[in-house]
Amino acid sequence: MTEIVSSSSPAFVRPTAARRDIGIKRRYAAERRFRAYGMAAIVIGLFFLFVLLWTVISNGYTAFQQTTITLPIEFAEKVIDPKNERAANPSKLMTANYPLLVRDALVKALGIDPKNRAEVKKATEMVSASARMQLRDIVIANPSVIGTTVNVSLLAEGNIDSANKGQIDLAVEESKRKVSDQKIGWMKTLTDSGAMTKEFNTGIFTFGASSRPEAAGIGVAALGSLYMMLIVLALALPIGVAASIYLEEFAPKNRLTDLIEVNINNLAAVPSIVYGLLGLSIFINFAGMPRSAALVGGLVLTLMTLPTIIIATRAALKAVPPSIRSAALGLGASKMQTIFHHVLPLAMPGVLTGTIIGLAHALGETAPLLLIGMVAFVVDYPGSPMEPSTALPVQIYMWANEAERAFVERTSGAIIILLIFLVVMNLGAILLRRRFERRW
Amino acid sequence: MNTSLILLLILIVGFAAYLAGRSRAIATSNGKLSVLHSLPGYHGTYAAICAIIPATIVLAVWAIAAPAYIDSAVRNALPQTVLSQGAATSELALGQVKSVANGLNLLDDAELAALNNGSANLRDVLAAKGVPLAGEGEAYMVKSAAQFNQMTATSRVLMAVVVLLISAAGAVFALRGISAPFRARNQVERVMLWTLMLASSIAILTTIGIVGSMLSEAIRFFNSVSPASFFFGTVWDPRFAAAGSEATQGQFGLLPLLAGTLYIAFVAMLFAVPIGLFAAIYMSEYARPGVRSIAKPLLEILAGIPTIVYGFFALVTVGPFLRDISAQLNGLVTGNYVSFIQAQSVLTAGIVMGIMLIPFVSSLSDDIITQVPRALRDGSLGLGATRSETIKKVVLPAALPGIVGALLLTASRAVGETMIVVLAAGVAARMQLNPFEAMTTVTVKIVNQLTGDLEFNSPQTLVAFALGITLFCITLCLNIYALYIVRKYREQYE
Repeated sequence: MTEIVSSSSPAFVRPTAARRDIGIKRRYAAERRFRAYGMAAIVIGLFFLFVLLWTVISNGYTAFQQTTITLPIEFAEKVIDPKNERAANPSKLMTANYPLLVRDALVKALGIDPKNRAEVKKATEMVSASARMQLRDIVIANPSVIGTTVNVSLLAEGNIDSANKGQIDLAVEESKRKVSDQKIGWMKTLTDSGAMTKEFNTGIFTFGASSRPEAAGIGVAALGSLYMMLIVLALALPIGVAASIYLEEFAPKNRLTDLIEVNINNLAAVPSIVYGLLGLSIFINFAGMPRSAALVGGLVLTLMTLPTIIIATRAALKAVPPSIRSAALGLGASKMQTIFHHVLPLAMPGVLTGTIIGLAHALGETAPLLLIGMVAFVVDYPGSPMEPSTALPVQIYMWANEAERAFVERTSGAIIILLIFLVVMNLGAILLRRRFERRW
Repeated sequence: MNTSLILLLILIVGFAAYLAGRSRAIATSNGKLSVLHSLPGYHGTYAAICAIIPATIVLAVWAIAAPAYIDSAVRNALPQTVLSQGAATSELALGQVKSVANGLNLLDDAELAALNNGSANLRDVLAAKGVPLAGEGEAYMVKSAAQFNQMTATSRVLMAVVVLLISAAGAVFALRGISAPFRARNQVERVMLWTLMLASSIAILTTIGIVGSMLSEAIRFFNSVSPASFFFGTVWDPRFAAAGSEATQGQFGLLPLLAGTLYIAFVAMLFAVPIGLFAAIYMSEYARPGVRSIAKPLLEILAGIPTIVYGFFALVTVGPFLRDISAQLNGLVTGNYVSFIQAQSVLTAGIVMGIMLIPFVSSLSDDIITQVPRALRDGSLGLGATRSETIKKVVLPAALPGIVGALLLTASRAVGETMIVVLAAGVAARMQLNPFEAMTTVTVKIVNQLTGDLEFNSPQTLVAFALGITLFCITLCLNIYALYIVRKYREQYE
């Protein structure tokens, strides 16, 4: 108050800086602190994004390589078909003793005494048990291979694969390690002879569920996800667009349409697991659809995606200026014609963007699928959406529950694939928006 | 003739009607299309609609109603001895009759004759055809099965004939009505409008479906467990009654699950709100457009990552990291290297969920902060306030209702989140306050109770629906309140 009094007095004294101190330093310091907090928050957020992606990628990039052991397998007739019955009874080839072929070849390659049972048994552990199926498929596809010797690339067992990729710490005491010194010696022998190599892992893209990490892949799950995405696209896009056109262009403003609006906004925020309960109780128990089927999963995800698509479509319809409508109506088009011939095509980029984002969301959704029985051990490709199948994120969930080191790698690999799908979809949506969206 | 083939035939009839209608309209116009009220395409579409829609509706009704009718007819024709044993027995007998009927279709005449004069055993004959039969077949079943097969076949043929006739009749009716003044377009547009209305009613139907299905299952649950012991029970122990033992029912107390859910959501919000809010403030008030255009989408990537990935992140990275670092801390202080944070704990789940929520908080608040009118800021800055003072004393108070709404929406996501807690929070249902221990949530228990091969009628599975409707109500209240606040606030400045 004193300042005011003094400045109004005729004897005006210019106040010194010290007297005019209104805490400017303190206030500026507070300003800088506040600003730093903001920056720190963004940095922390980005840091977590980085750590998350780094964890997945550093754990997962090795999943795209797989150790294989190439052995000259002698398809000996006396092992596969000792009584020469295959002409009469082809199913004999299904049950032949293929592991013996692998054992013999491996023993020869490693130079182990075939009579030393214990060592032979240990050595055969190095090859994946899936080798049996692999050899069986070769023989059944081409029975003339019997009696010849062919070089076959067999999958190495999961722990051997991990050790070969350097993921098992060899400094640890032998008894606490999954791979013994003996096996490491054998691995060295095989590597030196060129039998053991690391190759690009095509299996992770094509195989189905397996309890052995080296023979597990996402192929079957990805097909299940594809079925579901097609169902979602085929149902949610037309229904969503139709619903939004009605609400945006035709609906009278009354209680009922208000209710529908509030309803849609709420449905967009309902926890996804609730949709799973809905699917279980209505589609499976009431309508009697099969459990674990991609059809049910697709329907559940459709209901979940609809609100997203409706909200995006309504925004896109709203963005089309009324002058377009007036012009069309003025030229004699009916209201329906105006909307379907003029407004909707102009809103389409926005609609498609919303749809792709909704689909990307549906692709990563796991919780509702757990409840409708998609946590299934599916080995074979589902031939139709009615057959038991699983989905990409559910496969990730199942692998995440496995304890082995090799499964952590597979899980991360599958996540990388899932994230790549999502990035591609989202980039597509962004490009679509940039390329076609008009600003009025 | 199966249903999809009939449907295909209807569509073919419809397409033919479209072509016929169009060319008939053109013919009617005598080369001067302007005499027609509607374009020829509308006449064609009208004919197609008449051919397809009534027939499809009849087809759908028939396909649903006929099996039910046949079932009841066959059931009523079962011998009196079976019917007198109650509904469950006759239901079982009906099931067997159906599988016998399925098997009979595979038999040839000689085998059928052998069955009918009693010289062959029903079960063996069917087993030879690869149709397993539970229990010994009884003589009456062959008769009932034959009746069933015959009725099904009749119904199929009848359905095909009737539906195709209706379709053809519809097409003929429409084609005969084509004339120059006929308002085909108005008719077509009316049908379209109905279709649009039907589509928008799906949103309502979904809600009714959610509420109805969960409520009916939950009521079945409350028939065996009292609501009081569910809502106020403090022990969660849904034991299974072992075969032969005293039927202990298990306890279904909601409170430990609710406590875990709210605790984890609270930790997550504690983590996400300051970071998200400060990020939003920085991006809307300080950041240069260049920084903003990079940082905002990058942060929003976090929102696009599927929650299962966060769950895996918690399981593989955050959980072990917290466990190890707590062991190190404990070792430094007490010399005893024992971890006091478990790998699966409230803290792990809360932090990871918090990371997931950061972009929700930041982009929702960002929208709301940018909506605060420029004039308020300018006024405050003009009076000599610094920017942070403007934000703290003017912008935030003005934006507060909206921000509260945004936070409520975020909280509802935290409460309903599933995959992170399934992998990171643990399954132990207990009530305690230590954030370093495992707790469990409503969503985890829904998943636990419903994955696995369980009989659907036991309270152990039905409880999931009671949990589901509780969850639905909580999130619904949060959402409605939040949307109400956000909407009301938005109107203030428009």
